[in-house]
Amino acid sequence: MTGTDQGAAMTFEGVGKAFPKADGSRVTALADINLSVPQGSVTGIIGRSGAGKSTLLRMVNGLERPTEGRVLVGGRDVGGANGAALRAIRRDVGMIFQHFNLLASRTVRGNIALPLEIAGTPAQQIRPRVDQLIEQVGLSALGDRYPAELSGGQKQRVGIARALATNPKVLLSDEATSALDPETTQTVLELLERINRDLGLTILLITHEMAVLRDVASHMAVIEGGRIVEAGPTYDVFRKPAHPTTRSFLSGVTGATLPGFIAGRLLPERPDGPSQEVIRVTFAGQHATDPMLARLATDLGIAANILSGNIEEVGPHPFGNLLLSLDADRGAQARAYLERHGLTTEVLGHVR
Amino acid sequence: MSANLIPILWDATLQTLYMVAVSTILGTIGGLPLGVFLATSQRGELLSAPWVNKVLGLVVNATRSVPFIILVVAIIPFTRALVGTSIGTNAAIVPLTLAAIPFIARLVENAIREVDGGLIEAARAMGATPLQIIRKVLIPEAMPAIALGLTLAVVSLIGYSAMVGAVGGEGLGDLGIRYGYQRFMPEVMLAVVVILIVLVQLVQSLGEWFAARVDRRAPRNRGH
Repeated sequence: MTGTDQGAAMTFEGVGKAFPKADGSRVTALADINLSVPQGSVTGIIGRSGAGKSTLLRMVNGLERPTEGRVLVGGRDVGGANGAALRAIRRDVGMIFQHFNLLASRTVRGNIALPLEIAGTPAQQIRPRVDQLIEQVGLSALGDRYPAELSGGQKQRVGIARALATNPKVLLSDEATSALDPETTQTVLELLERINRDLGLTILLITHEMAVLRDVASHMAVIEGGRIVEAGPTYDVFRKPAHPTTRSFLSGVTGATLPGFIAGRLLPERPDGPSQEVIRVTFAGQHATDPMLARLATDLGIAANILSGNIEEVGPHPFGNLLLSLDADRGAQARAYLERHGLTTEVLGHVR
Repeated sequence: MSANLIPILWDATLQTLYMVAVSTILGTIGGLPLGVFLATSQRGELLSAPWVNKVLGLVVNATRSVPFIILVVAIIPFTRALVGTSIGTNAAIVPLTLAAIPFIARLVENAIREVDGGLIEAARAMGATPLQIIRKVLIPEAMPAIALGLTLAVVSLIGYSAMVGAVGGEGLGDLGIRYGYQRFMPEVMLAVVVILIVLVQLVQSLGEWFAARVDRRAPRNRGH
């Protein structure tokens, strides 16, 4: 996912952003961002609030300008574009927002028509296009309602229809599901997936929820302190998270967190005397369903104690996560055995 | 009250309505764009022109600082140059309009500033020009607040219009002073006050009705 390549819908090349402060110094929001978003992908950027993900997203349609490097969308340099050229790029980039940003004074229809009016589309072409979009997002019955009369999920569907109105090639999603309940989040994510599949639209989304990436993102990047600390296909990152920030985001979503009574006693170093090693085992792909613990017992005679675990799907792949404790003396041997069979292991600590 | 006072009251009411209506229309024509500009021209905003914004802000404040009765007298030469006379309803419209413009401008500015910044961002993301954002987003979204602001302006102008009697502006206020006060006809004074109260009530109700009609920010019962 680095450097410029032909299959990229968007490319960040050495992008940095510094804001001037009142006292004359500068605060760095983003530094050294190199990322290319594959054509037709759903790419998610995850980070905590203040990590710079929002600034990064806003550079794609020129709402923010880089102070260093270039942002290319479909080969066009956004940061250098002004006036009509910038507005032309923006019409090719749809955007949806956490708080929907719908006009209270316009009906559903009127809101969806707005980008078309702005683009100067003749009125007689706007009507059928709006009908088609309303249908596409499943709001046919609600065309004449005002936003105040809609639920959060319905509002976001209007936001999506509006973002698609001018047939953009790229859709930006700014925490689009963060204001929604889990069930509504699912339906909105499904809609985004369908749009990505049916229209071949590249989606770049930012979120602070790993579950969103797990459910829809084919590619992901983790941003921390204004830098991208890890990036790649979502499945690879889930399977082999390299950066501590990634792991901490993952622990929230993979279900396998240490039970309190263990976490409280966890020691970073092996203590003297008999102890147990606590490890995380990640199952992926075809190995996710192998009976590895049974084999560990029969082949090596090691009894592993299951502390926590689950199996779920990341995209189309099964993905499992187990937290085990086992005799510290045999830990290295057990881990080597599991690694040899295609699993990933990580030592979390020790307990007496 | 003798019957021959009725036509006098009727004429005075029409004169007041005429002065207020024309100065409101002219005041809106001047005040709406000025208010929109004030609301969008600070540094980094849509029409970023911080210096022009500051200068216009000062002019608006200065105009609003001058007591209306002094404004009326102070601009008599200007009024005479503009309408050929400084006496009568047409002459009174000049200071009324001049007072209405900065007042309406501030009301519009406040209404526009209340519009959620996210809507401006969304419109910018659609590739809207600053003028499109103003026409299609800011003004329609601010319309309920603008309507209430204009109501307030009209009510104030009805009050101001009573003062232009001082320069022969005619209208209800003038009638009240000349007949009710100077000729000791308290029934005329009472009639004038009652008519003014009714006028203000009507304007207020009309304004609130219109503001509620254009306000779609809260769900309303649709009967199905």
